[in-house]
Amino acid sequence: MKNLIKSGVKPHDATMRADGKKWTFMEKMLLGLSLDQYIQQALRNKFNWLLALIFAIGIPLIIYRFIFGLGAVTHSSYDYPWGLLLGFGLFCMVPLSASGFMMGTAVELFGRHDFAPIERLALLNGLLGYFFAVVFLLVDLGQPWRLPYPMVYSFGPAAVLFLVGWHVATYLSVQVAEVSTAFFEWIGFKRGYEFIRKGTIGLTVSGIILSTLHQGALGALFVYAPGKVHPLWYSSAFQWIHFFVSSIPAGLCMVICVSTIVYHTMKWRCDDRFISNLDRITIALAKGAAMGLITYFFIKFLAVAHDNEWAYLATGWGLWWLAEIGFGVVLALAVLSFGIHNNNANICRIGAFITVFGILLNRLNTALITFNWNLYQEIPHVFEVIITITIFFIYIATYRFILNRLPILYQFKARADGQ
Amino acid sequence: MSKITRRRFLAGGVAGGAAIAMAPGKKVFAANLDGFPNGMGVLVDMTRCVGCRTCEAACNKEQNLPEPEKPFDDASVFDEGYHGHEQRRTTEGAYTVVNRYDVPGSEPVYRKIQCNHCNEPACLTSCFVNAYKKTPEGAVIYDDKVCVGCRNCMIACPFNIPAYSYSSAFNPIIKKCIFCYDTRLKQGHIPACVESCPQQVMVFGKRKDLLKIAHDRIRKHPGKYVDHVYGEHEVGGTSWLYLSSVPFEQAGFNVTLQKEPIINNVKDFLAIVPMVLAIWPALFTGFHLLATKGKKHGDDHSHDQQEGHES
Repeated sequence: MKNLIKSGVKPHDATMRADGKKWTFMEKMLLGLSLDQYIQQALRNKFNWLLALIFAIGIPLIIYRFIFGLGAVTHSSYDYPWGLLLGFGLFCMVPLSASGFMMGTAVELFGRHDFAPIERLALLNGLLGYFFAVVFLLVDLGQPWRLPYPMVYSFGPAAVLFLVGWHVATYLSVQVAEVSTAFFEWIGFKRGYEFIRKGTIGLTVSGIILSTLHQGALGALFVYAPGKVHPLWYSSAFQWIHFFVSSIPAGLCMVICVSTIVYHTMKWRCDDRFISNLDRITIALAKGAAMGLITYFFIKFLAVAHDNEWAYLATGWGLWWLAEIGFGVVLALAVLSFGIHNNNANICRIGAFITVFGILLNRLNTALITFNWNLYQEIPHVFEVIITITIFFIYIATYRFILNRLPILYQFKARADGQ
Repeated sequence: MSKITRRRFLAGGVAGGAAIAMAPGKKVFAANLDGFPNGMGVLVDMTRCVGCRTCEAACNKEQNLPEPEKPFDDASVFDEGYHGHEQRRTTEGAYTVVNRYDVPGSEPVYRKIQCNHCNEPACLTSCFVNAYKKTPEGAVIYDDKVCVGCRNCMIACPFNIPAYSYSSAFNPIIKKCIFCYDTRLKQGHIPACVESCPQQVMVFGKRKDLLKIAHDRIRKHPGKYVDHVYGEHEVGGTSWLYLSSVPFEQAGFNVTLQKEPIINNVKDFLAIVPMVLAIWPALFTGFHLLATKGKKHGDDHSHDQQEGHES
């Protein structure tokens, strides 16, 4: 794509073409390139070959799972009913997607329009993360076609999972509405855009409510398993607030990570507004993340004190817990603070990657690694690992597909520039 | 007329809203019940068990379960180890299993494992389609027609009982002991395993009577039994109760379980749900008004002058 732009090709980025005509749908899908140009640039891109390789192995495995059942691709563990598919797919994807409600709140509710250049990326990150968490869930559920049952057929309102199900479903529709403004712009449906913009505040507030509850609820799910989750990772009083508070730096840092990757891999799609504001916004986001992390640090120790679990810290699991906190919270916080203090966005970016890995570690620890700590250690089946990786790369491919087209990283112009 | 209609409509709306907001709360208060007063149970006296596995065979026949790899009179299953040290557990093909535990300095003990049919079952409270039901007879049964397969009940069960038929591609469901509810308990009959036992290990009766029997036995034979009835208080009490001659942890029991039902741990969270739903809208709309009052806002996003707030 870089080469094409150098040779004078202009990607689709406006309502009208330079000559005043409207773009056709096909032209929009091909980014304003000719079919030949599009195919050639797709073949040149080495990342596409990696995707092809992963999909060639992974997608048949997903089909295999649906024909022969979960038993064919997992260890069918009765002791570890939730494996990597949920441990990563649900419990990691959801906190990393908290960016949608965070940035929506900052821009729309608090009127911080200085964050606006990244708002749509944050919203999209939220939408896709949730959507793919549901995809992971569909692959992992025994009978995915029954997923609507808790919505319409058989209610278990006292269950935490009932709340998770309802809230993720509602929040997904809220996020679809939030992101739809970009889509309406792209297809040129102005009335739809204006209609949704009017409801922005309502949508944003419902986003906060739903996010507070289901981010917390994911933590509360583990409160059902005292004795299975290691006491250091378990807190009946604070589990939900641990998960909720840590989702804040997770979501913010995920936006920093994604924007960094996007900046380095698809710079052609970013407009000047995005590029010139990125460093400033990165540091501002890092500040938010640092505040979230320090709060999280305190409430993690508060929980240890509340349940008087200090003695566990001297055990092997305790060292592992300290390592998680040391890497994912203390180190992340130190790097972020250093970056903020020196006004250096690149250091903040490193801190953001550490934070994201720290959160991944925490969720995997709770769901998988320290789960059943006094039984045995479950190592996921190799097919389960491949399926997890495949779905994650479908997520990346979808992400890229949308970023290439919709006005997320760039603002739509009324009319394209002349040749 | 129209006024009354409108008022009724509003009242209905408020009541409906309140009902929705209260829904998670209702169960929380009900959780303090002591269970059904006339619920049945089984007292297992492990001092009498010789590990013949007749109960396993009876269960297999009663529930039409698949034939096991090793016949029921094969004692070598007691030496099987899983994942290094784990002993057998309930599976989709065996709703009850008997394990042998070697006790230093005394005869080995045998323990029968099956669903303990909790008074306040964690599986039930964790199920988002309400598939589980605690019947007045004491059984914890489930409706596999609504089971989505989330396996949250397997996470929640403190005794690691529910199994899942992973091998089925199109109709995998939860599998566990249902106290022979459909075929026996409903008609007031004795469960298959209890009936089959040649050693009279198990007594079937009302839970409250069984507790008396259990404590009587402990009182009459203080040297024979450990002074504890497992299941009397564990996770809020279970319909199945155990007596043992050795400390329960030596017979593979989890002795670290809390006395309160598992759902009590989740109440803290369930209680904040209606609060967040009720408070957040006003709180955050308020923040919005406070934050944007007097500022230009709208779709004009080029507020470069706000950069000063950043550093």
